[in-house]
Amino acid sequence: MSGIFSRMSMIFRAKTDKALDKLEDPRQTLDYSYQRQLELLQKVRRGVADVATSRKRVELQATQLTGQADKLTQQAQKALEMGREDLAREALSRRSGVQQQITDLQAQHAQLQGEEEKLTRASQRLQAKVDAFRTKKETIKASYSAAEAQTRINEAFSGISEEMGDVGLAIQRAEDKTQQMQARAGAIDELLASGALDDPTGTTKDDITLELEQLASTSDVENELSRMKAQLGAGPAQSTPAIGPGSGTSAPATGYQAPQVQPAPQPNAGDLR
Amino acid sequence: MIVRILNEGQWQLPEGALSDLNRLDDAVEEAVSTDDEAELASALHALLDEVRTKGTRVPDDELSDSELILPGADSTLDDIRELLSTSDEGLVPN
Repeated sequence: MSGIFSRMSMIFRAKTDKALDKLEDPRQTLDYSYQRQLELLQKVRRGVADVATSRKRVELQATQLTGQADKLTQQAQKALEMGREDLAREALSRRSGVQQQITDLQAQHAQLQGEEEKLTRASQRLQAKVDAFRTKKETIKASYSAAEAQTRINEAFSGISEEMGDVGLAIQRAEDKTQQMQARAGAIDELLASGALDDPTGTTKDDITLELEQLASTSDVENELSRMKAQLGAGPAQSTPAIGPGSGTSAPATGYQAPQVQPAPQPNAGDLR
Repeated sequence: MIVRILNEGQWQLPEGALSDLNRLDDAVEEAVSTDDEAELASALHALLDEVRTKGTRVPDDELSDSELILPGADSTLDDIRELLSTSDEGLVPN
């Protein structure tokens, strides 16, 4: 086979041979190599954990962005109810941006999950090979002549080296992926923090919420005003219960039940009485 | 003959399988030299499928050298170029 894969195989083998050439006392080096294998195994396990952490972060962000998209939908609905199509349009166009991010995150999530599975399998394979190597190493050390030992060491060593090369590539690839992912995750965190994220303390509000609230309070005032005007228009013939402004909503019809209705704008009014 | 698919493991193949593999390898090489990502994906897919169906898996706890090493199923042109680049670093930690 003259194709690229024999070239690739040769590259792998050349590295193994180079590593073998460095061995001075092969039996001692068996232990050293075993140490290296255990270290690589550790590294792969850490790699699996790193990828899992990134995956969870992506999941969390997707949940937050989904909440964000829902909120924008509700805002659009509310804005429409108030006859503010422009505001509804703004909310919906933001939502489509958020939706795009969610789609991206879903793709990233699938990728990370794939890497995680691959690394997990790689770690299992390497574990099995490392165990096999340990057994072989002990028998080689115990029972063979130097020449025989050398041959068997070469066998064991090249077999494990190839696996380590493969797993080494997998872990490197996973590291690259998680690094890319983390950079993008940072950008999304910023996006979420820029007022888009629901703030449980309610101290910061995004501009659409502010405008909707302003609209709501304006229309409350308007409603109140028109009620009062209506009352005035009905004339002084009606006796108004002396509770306060705006308490007259149901007064004309029902007479004396008015005190149950507290006007919203002054929550502290009750304390004064 | 033992063939490794990177990221998947090793397969034991009958000797007769080599000529088919050669044909498929040529297709992959062609795709790499013409920078054709789609062609690479389909050629690589065919090659790896051939190995998986004609071969039997080498158990994980068996330590043996592969005669051939094939890139993983989702390798891109860049991945393969990188694998072929003769940088001294990283491929086989010793």
